Amino acid sequence: MGRHVLLIEDEPHIAEAIRFLLARDGWAVTSHSDGTDAVEVIRRAAPDVLILDLMLPGRSGHEILSDLRGDPDLATLPVLVLSARGHADTRAKVEQAGASRFIAKPFANDEIVATLRQMTPV
Amino acid sequence: MVPFNILVAVCLVYVGLLFLVAFAAERRAERGRVGWLRSPLVYTLSLSIYCTAWTFYGAVGYAARSGLEYLTIYLGPTLVLIGWWVILRKLVRIGRSQRVTSIADLISSRYGKSNVLGVIVTVIAVVAATPYIALQLQSVTLSFGVFASGTPEGWALPDQSATALWVAGGLTLFTILFGTRNLDANERHHGVVMAIALEAVVKLVALLAVGIFVVWGVADGWSDIAARVHASPIADWPLQPGRWIGLTFVSAAAVLTLPRMFQVMVVENSDERHLSTASWAFPLYLLLMSLFVVPIAVVGLAELPAGSNPDLFVLTLPLAEGQGKLAMLAFLGGFSSATSMVIVAAIALATMVSNHVVMPLWLSLREGGARAPGDVRGLVLMSRRISIAAVLALGYIYYVLSGGSAALAAIGLIAFLGVAQILPAMIGGIFWRGATGTGAALGLTVGFLIWLYTLYLPSFGEGGLLSARILAEGPWGIDWLRPQALFGIEGLDPLLHALFWSLSLNTFAFVSVSLFTFPGPVERMQGLAFVNVFDHDPGARGWSRGGAEAEDLLAMAQGILGAEEAQGFFEAEAQAQGKAGFLPETTPDFIERLERRLAGAVGSATAHAMIAQFAVGAAVSAQDLMAVASEAQQILEYSTQLEAKSEELARTARQLTEANDKLKDLSVQKDAFLSQISHELRTPMTSIRAFSEILKDPDLPAEMQKKYAGVIHDETIRLTRLLDDLLDLSVLENRKVKLDVKVANLHDLISKAVQAASNTRPERQFTLHRDYPAEHIPVITDTDRLVQVFINLVSNARKYCDAERPELTINARQRGGRVIVDFIDNGSGIPKASQRLIFEKFARLTDTARAGGAGLGLAICREIMTNLGGTIAYLPGQGGAAFRVSLPVRREVAIDAAAAE
Repeated sequence: MGRHVLLIEDEPHIAEAIRFLLARDGWAVTSHSDGTDAVEVIRRAAPDVLILDLMLPGRSGHEILSDLRGDPDLATLPVLVLSARGHADTRAKVEQAGASRFIAKPFANDEIVATLRQMTPV
Repeated sequence: MVPFNILVAVCLVYVGLLFLVAFAAERRAERGRVGWLRSPLVYTLSLSIYCTAWTFYGAVGYAARSGLEYLTIYLGPTLVLIGWWVILRKLVRIGRSQRVTSIADLISSRYGKSNVLGVIVTVIAVVAATPYIALQLQSVTLSFGVFASGTPEGWALPDQSATALWVAGGLTLFTILFGTRNLDANERHHGVVMAIALEAVVKLVALLAVGIFVVWGVADGWSDIAARVHASPIADWPLQPGRWIGLTFVSAAAVLTLPRMFQVMVVENSDERHLSTASWAFPLYLLLMSLFVVPIAVVGLAELPAGSNPDLFVLTLPLAEGQGKLAMLAFLGGFSSATSMVIVAAIALATMVSNHVVMPLWLSLREGGARAPGDVRGLVLMSRRISIAAVLALGYIYYVLSGGSAALAAIGLIAFLGVAQILPAMIGGIFWRGATGTGAALGLTVGFLIWLYTLYLPSFGEGGLLSARILAEGPWGIDWLRPQALFGIEGLDPLLHALFWSLSLNTFAFVSVSLFTFPGPVERMQGLAFVNVFDHDPGARGWSRGGAEAEDLLAMAQGILGAEEAQGFFEAEAQAQGKAGFLPETTPDFIERLERRLAGAVGSATAHAMIAQFAVGAAVSAQDLMAVASEAQQILEYSTQLEAKSEELARTARQLTEANDKLKDLSVQKDAFLSQISHELRTPMTSIRAFSEILKDPDLPAEMQKKYAGVIHDETIRLTRLLDDLLDLSVLENRKVKLDVKVANLHDLISKAVQAASNTRPERQFTLHRDYPAEHIPVITDTDRLVQVFINLVSNARKYCDAERPELTINARQRGGRVIVDFIDNGSGIPKASQRLIFEKFARLTDTARAGGAGLGLAICREIMTNLGGTIAYLPGQGGAAFRVSLPVRREVAIDAAAAE
């Protein structure tokens, strides 16, 4: 098995596309669609890398990110933030909040795959 | 004569009646029909809890022992009520504007929301009231005893403590049931007030009946009574001016400071104007209560065997004359006096104990303080209930320990003087801005201790809590510290002695320390608000207590910015946070922006102070802030009025600023809207782009190709629908829509909509309830548009109704020239906080996947209805989600033509 990526995304079609892409690239993919218990799910799944959508039901990606960075066990987990927000300052804001990388939606499939590889050097 | 069982049965029936009355009043109030529940008459009757068993039975005893002096107990309240303009009106106004829950709360709130003061007042109140409650229990058991001993065949009264225990238990139950039903924003108890009003009538009727019987049944009318008075020792009692003045003063002070009086007079007051009725009606009540006291005392002394307890003449006279039914009525009167006092006192004391002792303790013991989430309402109710039980338990224990000693008989006046210690801090607080919390705390403590030492403890008698030696020689033999002759002043009546020392030293400490200390900022602000309460009149109040932070902030912001503007701001913020349709998170960024927004309305210093207090947390509650907000709003309105009157130029300038602000708001709203649209467009586009790239892979298996092409197809439809909706909305909003007005039968339109919506979640069993005959209403309107609204509502119900067996009820009817159609489902409905947001664009409440739409449906419905000259609204409190569509039977085409131009 490849390395483990956890995907937190509430749009089922987008989640399906990303799951397909990453599985094809040799990743083991688990996904979750709710913000409320996301931090707990992340802690239990202990992935090598996390893909996090910003607009989630329950809790926003911003809150989840800030929880992760405040948690000693999860502070160093690489996080790729996805968002359909049009604001230019979203990237700066999430990177300041501790996101490793940021990709705006819609994205190019290769960009996701390449970014994830860069984020987890072997 | 009256067997025990019948006596108990009558009591139970009477208590049952009280329950019924209280319950009916609560039900009525819940349905919003307060009406006569809050009439001046009921208010006046509720004040009669001033007349406890001590006055009902004891006044006669008092008259038999000390002549007319008993009148002082009625004179004090009469003076306070007649002079209501001076103090009462101000107290009630402050009580309402500051949302005071008890006398402890009043003092604590006035002196900078200091909880120390709240605790001191609570302790004084509990210490003074416990024996008083015990006295009521004693009166009920004693009156039972009278019936027992009055019977020749004699049924022995079961154990007296057991009777008291039953009474205490029953009262606890009643008080908990009706005193802690809910955490009302106003701390009002309709059921309890109704029940005590009824009891007020019963005790008045009972005393009058006994009086009339005594004057015309036993004696020979008034002239005979007058002759008997001359002959009796009552006529010889010397008038002691010192005691008269002192007692009148103490009872006047007590009517203001007794927790139970404060509860009915200030906290339960729903309309200031009731005071003006009570100002003559309550003295009249007291007059009627005192009318027959002397006749009963005189006749009792003459007719009953020597050594009879004059405190029980009201009961024993009718019994001795063989009037069992009248005695029973008198018994119920005494029972009413005792129970109504205990119930209200327990509610008032429990509120104080819970708010000033239990809750602060709980908050400080709990990690995270007031900001930690949790069911605070439930906790408050629970602590109130426990406090009520504890207060009554204390009264009962006191009763058992004191063994019904003679000391109890004097406890009424002792309790009066105890609570009167609150008077200086109260009067100073509402009339003197220089009064400080330190001064009040010291004054209260000094007064309380002196009262304890000079009156309360000695009242237990020699060998009680103070030894006989201390009473006679002073502690450690220090002569000038003797409890009943402080500083060597001897020969005074013990009550006057205690009154003089406790209140004068209390006032002295309060005034002098206040002069030498400086109030803190909150204290200063509260002092200003209390002393100048009439200068800015508080308006209507619609606060809710408790709840989430963001809600509190919203409520506060609405008080300052106005409802629409505040809601608009919060919605925009929520959208910017990616939480459209919810309340925003209270992030530091958000709070900072809110502060700036508030500063525009009330100035930066105030806004900062308010926000800072809120952000700091537990010390100042959201409720306090809302009070401040309301005040700020009044000041703002006041100054706006002044401005409007003064200069034309200033008005123009302000209009310009307003126009500018409105433009800025519009721009903010537009940005938020665009950002939201961008998000709604990007989401389907993301799926489309990702899957089209995947489809480029020639090795993709055929069934996956088919599946992913299907996804792309679905998402394209979603995009198209979004664009259609947006265009539709834009046309409707600009009122550019051309209405196609036709005549139709409403029934056909509803059927059409139901049919069209039937493919929404078709897999679910879905039941419709319709009243076909009622639906046959001819309408003249744009039928296609109206059907569009109906389809939306029906398919929303099909989509979101979360009941296991979803059902939708459609009710149609005509009212005057309007048609009203209600759509009510049986799901869990829409949360209160979200109800005002659902008609906003993109205000989708559930997750995207399930909804399928873009969150524009209801916004479009609202615009359509506006175009049709009608409305659509959410109906709260219907059980499930409920929408009401209302439109004119005939859409006037002429207006359209005018609007179109």
